[in-house]
Amino acid sequence: MIKISKLIHDYIQRDEEGNPSGTIRAINDISLDVEPGQFIAILGHNGSGKSTLAKHLNALLFPTEGAVWVNGLDTKDQSLLWEIRQTAGMVFQNPDNQIIGQVVEEDVGFGPENMGVPTEKIWERVEESLKTVGMYEYRKKSPNRLSGGQKQRVSIAGVIAMHPKCIIMDEPTAMLDPSGRADVINAAMKLNREEGITIILITHYMEEAIRADRVFVMDEGKIAMQGTPREVFSQVEKMQAIHLDVPQVTLLGHLLREKGLDIPEGILTREELAQALRRQCGCRITAERK
Amino acid sequence: MGLSLEKVSYVYEQGTAMETAALKDVSLEIPDNQFIGLIGHTGSGKSTLVQLLNGLLRPSSGSVLYNGKDIHADGFDKKALRANVGLVFQYPEHQLFEVDVLSDVMYGPRNLGLDEAVCKKRAVQALENVGISEKYFKTSPFDLSGGQKRRAAIAGVLAMNPKVLILDEPTAGLDPRGRDEILGLISEMKKKLSMTIILVSHSMDDVARYVERIVVMGHGEKVFDDSPKNVFRHYTELEELGLSAPQITYIMNTLRESGFDVETDALTVEEAAEEIMRRISKSSR
Repeated sequence: MIKISKLIHDYIQRDEEGNPSGTIRAINDISLDVEPGQFIAILGHNGSGKSTLAKHLNALLFPTEGAVWVNGLDTKDQSLLWEIRQTAGMVFQNPDNQIIGQVVEEDVGFGPENMGVPTEKIWERVEESLKTVGMYEYRKKSPNRLSGGQKQRVSIAGVIAMHPKCIIMDEPTAMLDPSGRADVINAAMKLNREEGITIILITHYMEEAIRADRVFVMDEGKIAMQGTPREVFSQVEKMQAIHLDVPQVTLLGHLLREKGLDIPEGILTREELAQALRRQCGCRITAERK
Repeated sequence: MGLSLEKVSYVYEQGTAMETAALKDVSLEIPDNQFIGLIGHTGSGKSTLVQLLNGLLRPSSGSVLYNGKDIHADGFDKKALRANVGLVFQYPEHQLFEVDVLSDVMYGPRNLGLDEAVCKKRAVQALENVGISEKYFKTSPFDLSGGQKRRAAIAGVLAMNPKVLILDEPTAGLDPRGRDEILGLISEMKKKLSMTIILVSHSMDDVARYVERIVVMGHGEKVFDDSPKNVFRHYTELEELGLSAPQITYIMNTLRESGFDVETDALTVEEAAEEIMRRISKSSR
């Protein structure tokens, strides 16, 4: 679906007269492959290069060196620009910056209309997209009367209406409250599991990465760690060294292990922790209950 | 003394078709030197509450008292109130505007009509309290990093020497490291300056570790007002309000439901680990 080969990206710094005065290397030699239908999470602190990477995936930025292919399309080829952006849709952090329509359904129809989809097909797509994200009943509302989480789901519907093969979400939940966050992540999971759309989720919230097929951790423009969520989160010290959290349940398992309990590293859910603890001392508890 | 709300209601666009009640009959005591978390989902009325506290909004009914005096009574010194009740808005770095960091922080005290030397002294002190060193004083605020900008903006409010500091979502948009830095800083300030701090947030995980009291707003009403441990016992009710308890509360409750006799009121992962170890060593005896 996405192939990145030896990608380097330099931002050009300019002095007061606007002349180039230097460069900052935001991405330093990254190669990775994303298979169709995968759910990918990219983690990293501010300035680690993750948003710069995301912007390469739908040709908002172009490689300084190396190359990026989206569904086999080279992003450097200007003639493929529209095809690339229809293949890989993007959802940004601030919902207020991405909604333009006066009415929810008009906003969602904007993308397909721009692509030249016939009118009745547009309405079909709008209906199906809004139903997918659970916002169909709000189709006649004004977007500025919606909550942050609802707006963000409308943004996602606007992307789905273009029938992309891949959606890149750049911290879509950073500005939302807990229920808004859960709604957005559930909508993303549903698109991935039911529609087979490849999802690339960039986030600060480690819990959101637990259900990903694969996690990439970025630090200083490089991929510092990668693997399944379990492989990545079982390295608690390494994550902390690059100033990232692990999910609290993983950390709790880690602390109990340090205190001498036989708990495996990389616990991802509360149920797993309960199970591990039961294995550790289950006989004692049953004995006590009798 | 301190601030108090007595049966305050607030209605937006009263008398029009768009009339919406944002706050309904809320009473609240905010004493001196307390660390409070104000929690609510989007649209719960928490921002309205904050704006009532420093007199930016006037209640539709009920009254707001500062040191026992109605802040909307004739002759009440609103300017003094706003100096005493400092408000740091969301994304405060968007409000930086001066040519250099020091002048930006001095803007508030200057507005109070203080002597130039006093303004400078206060600004230097405030910048020191947020951990911005002297070498940045003459830097343009726009050249600071994201976390530094936010700290400089907080210093701007701190330089007014407020008795109550209200911070609206101070960690919004920050990564885990930035979040820990800002929350650590606020907690240090609380200890050092013994002021009342109100931390407005929708993240229980952020406030659980720091505050001594949590006020939960839901649909314009005050739903809970208690210690963090007592508030988090109501985690199912919190969910109905579109909020959630800290992750650790869920973990401990799952353990309890699956037969482990643990207390569920741990506020941090470290406390939880100790509680589990305590139970395990007890049952093995």
